[in-house]
Amino acid sequence: MEIKGKAFVFGDDVNTDEIIPARYLNTSEPKELAKYCMEDARPGFGKRDDLKSNIIVAGENFGCGSSREHAPIAIKAAGISCVIAKSFARIFLRNSINIGLPIIELEEANKINEEDKLRINFDRGEIVNETTKEKFKFQSYPDFMKSIISEGGWINYAKKLIKEENHEKK
Amino acid sequence: MGMTITEKILSEKTGHKVRVGEYILIEVDIALANDITAPLAIDEFYKTGIKKVYNPEQIVLVPDHFVPNKDILSAMQVKKIRKFAKEQNIEKFFELGRMGIEHVLLPEQGIVKSRDIVVGADSHTCTYGALGAFSTGVGSTDIAGVYMMGKAWFKVPEVIDVYIKGNFRKYVSGKDFILKLISILGVSGANYKVLEFRGPGIENISMDSRFTISNMAIEAGGKAGIFPVDDLTIEYERERGIKVEKLTADEDASYMRRIEFDLNELEPQVAFPFLPSNSKGISETEKEKIKIDQIVIGSCTNGRMEDLRAAAMILKGKKISRNVRCIIIPGSQQVYKNAIREGLFDIFVNAECAVSTPTCGPCLGGHMGVLAEGEVALSTTNRNFVGRMGHVKSKVYLSSPVVAAASAIKGYIANPENL
Repeated sequence: MEIKGKAFVFGDDVNTDEIIPARYLNTSEPKELAKYCMEDARPGFGKRDDLKSNIIVAGENFGCGSSREHAPIAIKAAGISCVIAKSFARIFLRNSINIGLPIIELEEANKINEEDKLRINFDRGEIVNETTKEKFKFQSYPDFMKSIISEGGWINYAKKLIKEENHEKK
Repeated sequence: MGMTITEKILSEKTGHKVRVGEYILIEVDIALANDITAPLAIDEFYKTGIKKVYNPEQIVLVPDHFVPNKDILSAMQVKKIRKFAKEQNIEKFFELGRMGIEHVLLPEQGIVKSRDIVVGADSHTCTYGALGAFSTGVGSTDIAGVYMMGKAWFKVPEVIDVYIKGNFRKYVSGKDFILKLISILGVSGANYKVLEFRGPGIENISMDSRFTISNMAIEAGGKAGIFPVDDLTIEYERERGIKVEKLTADEDASYMRRIEFDLNELEPQVAFPFLPSNSKGISETEKEKIKIDQIVIGSCTNGRMEDLRAAAMILKGKKISRNVRCIIIPGSQQVYKNAIREGLFDIFVNAECAVSTPTCGPCLGGHMGVLAEGEVALSTTNRNFVGRMGHVKSKVYLSSPVVAAASAIKGYIANPENL
């Protein structure tokens, strides 16, 4: 799989209250949530018309705070194709894997600048910064997570498990 | 090699000795969701075409964030949960007037207990570590997975050993300990890891303070914050008709890091905007005379009897400053009743505080005390992120109920010692 897009750069400890403030959580409609994506980190971000297939880049501990799945849902529904960060908070990582939002842990995330054009190859674990001509390598997911991703998320994975269990019972 | 409490609980459930880093799929005892996170889980569940949940006994639903419903959309969310509970014969659905803030309610009602595996679509689900449960926050999709097959996935975590000795000084409590610990660890210092508390100081930490401490493990990124099961836990559970046995880590358990902590050296802490890790001692903080507009005493962190009693001790016979408003929120209907019985409501109302029915409300800027542009709050809640309690240009400081009450009287962040 390959993704191409430009970078929107954020800092460290971007929390879920900034990604999708609680005042917008009286709904779980993805399109509605998308409008307020990153609202308290960068007001108006979710309403930009150039989010589609582009990439969020951040520092340490992206997605810390609440367990609201609305955070990765808002990002995904806004059209963002991938989030790259130095590290992710645990529940955000889990939610992203579960709903199928591609995320990448990259130690050198801080070397990427606003509007840099990135090309990400997931099979090779490689990011090319076409603006600065730099190349970065990233670790692929552990096997267990890969199998969730390849099923298209946790719900599909669970369906498969249930099917297998029923099959064994028979 | 001996085992940590985490490894013991997870090994018991999987039936084999787990190792750190291993991925496991296990049946959970309780799966919790609230009015923000349950609707997503319910939608995901029904989309699969499965008609009946795996086991209604596992499921707990507590609308508490925007309850009493603040607007039409939030009323629709609770309506969806109510319908789901009825369709699926879920008994542990808690309606307004019989509810509480989820993490106050569940231990109080004996719904979660020692050695349980608990997942909750709420980050503060780690609260139940206070009872010696393995309890952690997950997302709505994880909860939908439990509705489907009763199970959730985990990676067996590394453990940080928090070794505690000594005893709290006057006006110091669990909140001060956890704020200090988060300042040592940083907001991601325990990411993917479990904090396990032990040492001779543990017996000096009350159950309510333990809940406060475990509750905020997530503010250091922690997957859980677990206390051993000791005489105090056994007594707490016995009062709820639950019989539990002692549970401690083995002497030769393996930890990735050790932090030693002497409670005697601790003074009340205040976390400055915009991270829970930005804490300073009260003596230094008081010098800054930080003016506040609003005080909130309550939440899943500090909405229990010990918290309300501590606030009442300070507020008794006094009136709060003319320049502040103070909102007090008992954490559950039971806490509410107890507070009335002990005369705490009289103290609060006579001090000119507003007392509310249980709700998460202002903690997340939901309702019941949202901040205006430029306003400053001192709150006994758990997060002081940008815009957390309202306007993106408002500020939140975090403290214990004692410091919050003393500050309500003074109108600025004040040391209870100097009242």
